[in-house]
Amino acid sequence: MVNDTNQSLNRLFSALGDPTRRSIVARLARDSGLSVSELAAPFEIKLPAVMKHLDILEDVGLIRRAKHGRTVTVELSPRPLRTAVDWMQRCERVWEGRLDRLARFAEKKERESQERNE
Amino acid sequence: MSEATCVRRIEARPSIVFDALTTAEGMATWWCPDDGPVISAASDPKVGGRFRVRFRKLDGSEHECSGEFLEIEEPRRVVMSFEWTSGGVPEERDRVSRVELQLRLIDTGTELTVIHAGLYDEASADNHGSGWGTALDRLGRSLAASSRLHPV
Repeated sequence: MVNDTNQSLNRLFSALGDPTRRSIVARLARDSGLSVSELAAPFEIKLPAVMKHLDILEDVGLIRRAKHGRTVTVELSPRPLRTAVDWMQRCERVWEGRLDRLARFAEKKERESQERNE
Repeated sequence: MSEATCVRRIEARPSIVFDALTTAEGMATWWCPDDGPVISAASDPKVGGRFRVRFRKLDGSEHECSGEFLEIEEPRRVVMSFEWTSGGVPEERDRVSRVELQLRLIDTGTELTVIHAGLYDEASADNHGSGWGTALDRLGRSLAASSRLHPV
């Protein structure tokens, strides 16, 4: 379960490691439901290359494609990002606990140091 | 969203907080993710130096991780990488983590910022500086604000 989550996070971060794909996702976040050709328009790369990026984003579950007649539209799917947000929140909880203990230790050291100098 | 960040104000001067963060004696007090005991800790706080911490969580399970000091600017900044060599907490398992610690002098002592990034491999590490973290942050906000998205 944990490993599944980590693997999907790894794949998600890997998918978002590419600037073109980040740009596609950012555009969809503003404007979900664009057609593939609308999505491809701002990029200098050819349509097949854009399709390859969309395949990778679809594999990690970040987008869904739907066919409407001859048009394929692309929608953003927020679930993988929520997984990433959950990871971040759990990680911050671990660090909050560590910082509590670190602060207690360092503050004790500070008091001892001041007492020595008095 | 790929990074966890925590900020804490500590009533101790930066040099003391720096030692608490990087020495074996200091690490032994705080590394364990809960109040369980640290069994052993070793640290060589210099660039390229390594550290290793073994601890027992309150549930009785034992864990060990080791890492390397990548950057040190005493007492202002430390960057370390680490990975679990046995056990580990789910948030940090199965990947190399990069932790950046920033210490800032304030009136009451030190403001400490922790930036923890879970990196999946070298390619991801290379991309780290190019902003996928920031991109994800923006996305998270867009998603929170967007009403166009269909619930999953």
